[in-house]
Amino acid sequence: MVDNNKGFQLFAHLMMMLLALSCLLPFALLFISSITAEKALIHNGYSFIPSSIDITAYKFLLRDSSSIVKAYGVTLLVTVIGTVANIVLTTLMAYPLSRKDLPGRNVFSFFIFFTMLFSGGLVPSYIMWTQYFDIKNTIWALIVPGMLLTAFNIIMMRTYITTNVPDAVVEAAKIDGGSESQILWHVVLPMSMPIMATLGLLVGLSYWNDWLNGLYYVTDENLFSIQVLLNKMLLDVQFLMSSASSGLGSGLSARLPSTAIKMAVAVLGILPIMAIYPFFQKFFVKGITVGAVKG
Amino acid sequence: MGIWNSPWVGLKNFEFLFKTNVAWTITRNTILYNLTFIVLGTVMAVGVAMLLNQIRQNTARKSYQTVILLPHLISIVVVSYLVFGFLSSESGFVNKSILQPLGVSPISWYSSAKYWPFILVIVSLWKSFGYSCIIYYATLVGIDRSYYEAAVIDGANRWKQMKHITLPGLKSIIVILTLMGISKIFYSDFGLFYQVPMNSGALIDATNTIDTYVYRGLTKLNNVGMASAAGFYQSIVGFFLVLLANYTVKKIDEDSALF
Repeated sequence: MVDNNKGFQLFAHLMMMLLALSCLLPFALLFISSITAEKALIHNGYSFIPSSIDITAYKFLLRDSSSIVKAYGVTLLVTVIGTVANIVLTTLMAYPLSRKDLPGRNVFSFFIFFTMLFSGGLVPSYIMWTQYFDIKNTIWALIVPGMLLTAFNIIMMRTYITTNVPDAVVEAAKIDGGSESQILWHVVLPMSMPIMATLGLLVGLSYWNDWLNGLYYVTDENLFSIQVLLNKMLLDVQFLMSSASSGLGSGLSARLPSTAIKMAVAVLGILPIMAIYPFFQKFFVKGITVGAVKG
Repeated sequence: MGIWNSPWVGLKNFEFLFKTNVAWTITRNTILYNLTFIVLGTVMAVGVAMLLNQIRQNTARKSYQTVILLPHLISIVVVSYLVFGFLSSESGFVNKSILQPLGVSPISWYSSAKYWPFILVIVSLWKSFGYSCIIYYATLVGIDRSYYEAAVIDGANRWKQMKHITLPGLKSIIVILTLMGISKIFYSDFGLFYQVPMNSGALIDATNTIDTYVYRGLTKLNNVGMASAAGFYQSIVGFFLVLLANYTVKKIDEDSALF
């Protein structure tokens, strides 16, 4: 199966290196552009070779722009609350569904599954969330719609529990006089830790990267997450100016390194992910393969 | 007014939608882009997974795996920044560092629609190939090694092994993922088609899909009726495609069917 032919090994490495480079270089361009002096950027454009290093963009963002710090706060808050709530709710749905003695099990399964096949689409969702649930411009707008509970995760967790927690174990716990909640807490949860960690990671990532809910349901600047801010800034440098704190003189727009700032904001948006990714890489890969191969 | 007191318009919104050329454009774009993503994405991911499987050094293999998954982890908003870094007219890397030294006059990427089908396909592949590659690679690792050993003894060369062992081993997962893709062929990644081209009006023919049309119908044109009609059309067709895809999977491989 593995070809020991030297030439072929070299070819395989070469191809993989090219691919790896194509994945890394855009990030390098992003990072280097963000620490290049504004003058050089205007003259030479974004490039891989910084002609003169200058961290004004970061200084501006972290000191003068309260909106960035706030957006970080919003993103962190939403990611933490959302991930915890999502895992708790998913578990509470998935565990009963894994039990064969749940009355009406197939009905519930069908209801969950149907949402995977069919959705009302954007317009009805929008009307429902804004007019009936009134979540526009609340923190819930970033947590609830389409993110809090997904059919796919429920099914994934249910399958995991079904295959990894034998019925006999639950039966034994019952005979020992454990109540349903005790069984869940002391027996099933400890055995389902791997899937919870994996799902938690994937859900956390999707909360961190979510910008659609912000685009649809949030117009209040205090509730902009880092992704929504990025989204607004790319299309609108004026927004950047207006979001700078008012303590600055009118000379701001002249001194504002807007070309570098664009890239600096993006770097701040991916920095945490890049920082934790190498340590959690195993989990990510596991999560992808668990999700892809059913059962 | 709520649902109950609103006047009933029957199928007028659908009539409006399908009388315009827009309906044809958005349907065509959505389907063609998705077909391209499915075909090229599968070929690329399977190819890379095979290459990865051939690499002997464990550390090298692990680092390649780590790196190609990176694009999957960042949001499409950040991807639009990366694309902007390369393609911006005034300061983009392509115009300034590649075309200028060659003496080619700069191209204003964000207002010439003809380049965008290629750009969008490249960006989509770049973002998603690592993910599907890992799925295929996990399947490859699971193929029993004794098959290969037997094949080598029988004198099968690299291509023969690939044709008779590797590809058949991957067949069912390729079929499943492809059908999953087909079932979502009426849906597009909103961010890829809206955010990456920076919502540029000049590119609308090349970048408008059903999802972006619904969003613009809601926000820019305030035409809720037509946007709902487009959304409903998407849902209905999508629903039947899922059923069809699942039915086909069942025919091929009972165990991999969704329901």
